[in-house]
Amino acid sequence: MIDYTELKKLSRSSAAGLKKIRLAILGDCSTQHITTAVKGFAITRGISADVFEADYNQIDAQIIDAGSELYRHSPEFVLFVMCTEKLRESFYMRDKDSRAGFAADMTLKITRYWDSVSAGMPASVLQFSFPYINDGVFGSFGLKEKSSFVYQLQLLNSMISQEASKRKNVFIIDINAVQSRLGEDKFFDSKLYYIAKMPFSLEALPYIALRTVSVIAAVGGNIKKCVILDLDNTLWGGVIGDDGLEGIRIGELGTGRAFSDFQSWLRGLRERGILLAVCSKNNPETARLPFEKHPDMILRLDDFAMFVANWEDKASNIVNIQQTLNIGMDSIVFIDDNPFERDQVRSAVRDITVPEMPEDPSYYVSFLKDLCLFETASFSETDAGRTEMYRQEAQRTSLMASYGSYDDYLMALEMRAVSAEFDSFHYPRIAQLTQRSNQFNLRTVRYTEAQIEALAHSDAHITRYYCLRDRLGDHGLIAVVVLDRMPDGALFISELLMSCRVLKRGMEEFIINDIVSIARKEGFETVVGEYIPTPKNSMVADLYTRLGFTEADGRFYANVSEFKNNKTFIQEELLS
Amino acid sequence: MTREEIFMALDEIFQDEFDDDAIHVDETTTADDIDGWDSLEHINLIVAVERRFGMKFKMAEVTDMKNVGEMADIIAERI
Repeated sequence: MIDYTELKKLSRSSAAGLKKIRLAILGDCSTQHITTAVKGFAITRGISADVFEADYNQIDAQIIDAGSELYRHSPEFVLFVMCTEKLRESFYMRDKDSRAGFAADMTLKITRYWDSVSAGMPASVLQFSFPYINDGVFGSFGLKEKSSFVYQLQLLNSMISQEASKRKNVFIIDINAVQSRLGEDKFFDSKLYYIAKMPFSLEALPYIALRTVSVIAAVGGNIKKCVILDLDNTLWGGVIGDDGLEGIRIGELGTGRAFSDFQSWLRGLRERGILLAVCSKNNPETARLPFEKHPDMILRLDDFAMFVANWEDKASNIVNIQQTLNIGMDSIVFIDDNPFERDQVRSAVRDITVPEMPEDPSYYVSFLKDLCLFETASFSETDAGRTEMYRQEAQRTSLMASYGSYDDYLMALEMRAVSAEFDSFHYPRIAQLTQRSNQFNLRTVRYTEAQIEALAHSDAHITRYYCLRDRLGDHGLIAVVVLDRMPDGALFISELLMSCRVLKRGMEEFIINDIVSIARKEGFETVVGEYIPTPKNSMVADLYTRLGFTEADGRFYANVSEFKNNKTFIQEELLS
Repeated sequence: MTREEIFMALDEIFQDEFDDDAIHVDETTTADDIDGWDSLEHINLIVAVERRFGMKFKMAEVTDMKNVGEMADIIAERI
């Protein structure tokens, strides 16, 4: 870890060409050293922090006064540094009968700080967690005694977490992780606290600055999205090509437990929305073997967005992975036990992060977690789902590359579509699609949910929605058709739209075939289509002529008895 | 470690902390003699000296020491 003196020098270095951010630091203790460390560390991440540092213990004054330096600085980030020592002082100043309510009162005070700042300006609020101190007054019994300091401290940390989770712009920075990493003796120097009110030792500051800057960068959108992994001696001990399935160390065999734990950590990242990919110098069948056959493997093939095993150089493979996933190289981390491979990738691939892994695999996880690579500023359940779609799309792209022709690829996708009349379960999605689709939309008629429901019950109309899935995943409801029964005995396509997600899959062919087949069943002789141009829908200008309709007088006609079905590889799936 | 060696090590520490290779300290050097030696830098120096010599100053010594000579006295006593 870079030391404080280095950070101090960096903090004074030139900011030319760096990304600028405005930060305010407010504390109830001495914050000069923290300011210096954060500024210095930010430089190492390409960020120049313009910092307003409030005077010692001026939080209230700065926040209450609407014309204060804090607001005039108009920071994008406001960092609150409150120390446990100060907390303890105010805890013991209280009447002992009211101490059980201490954490709740402090939480109220702190959330008022956050909310005042948020009301006054559009800033992200950063709050240091309170480092752990069991002051020994109750000993371990304090952990079950509500009126003890240690009990209230634990409660406070948990309460501010709860409050932060209700506020999208508030982020807790886990200072306790630094404390437990370094140990209390290295984290805090009571001499420095008493002399200068310094809440952290100089040794702890670089670690604290790392955490702080990582959160600032993540809030600014600088996050990692993908981990590319080597296999032999990275995900398991030994070499699968030499040692064979029974010989590699994973699970209970030898040092295998360390690799199992590493895999389960990676799986946690995957479930959180980080893409995993494999890049290994191996025969593809050999590389896949442990994932398919080894009972102790935690990661399975479907945990990976891409699986690249060949004998080409890793840098080219990584560029291929990056292009297929279509994410920035600066959002990718490459993990390999081999220093030679790491160097090759580092020198050949710009902007990728390549951690200098420890030689001993038992330290893989603790080493990586200390790097704070995977900070994020948001998480929702849909993140994991969106990742799944990413993965499927990547697999489709790589599947496409592996087939000789596009038709072979479409066939291999094993696509199945549902064609069904509007039903109440799907009204919202159908209405949403009519409102949002612009490009693949022939007449751009917008419908509300109520209008969709009316169409569903109308005898004058035939309605259809379409869902598509393939062997790699489900696209959901992606197309909508409304057909009008005309008095002259023709069937008029008054709505035809499709989501662009499923372009070039043969879905439009499937839909047109389906419409003609409906007309046939219903006894119509002619199907009539219309294209109403908008600035955005030129992609479907020739749709009808391309798919077997004949143009006349600005409309498009298909004769049902003479119509030849368009080629498509999509099978119809009947709803049960 | 001789007193001369202690001062040589102190020179290095001061030069590094103040980012100035021209700095030389002696028995009588005080905070007034070095540009930028304020209370903040004093803490940085104390921590750097403690780390370099593997010793600890007492709280009162940190605030009471009057010149680099006194600092060297304490170091000599503890290593």
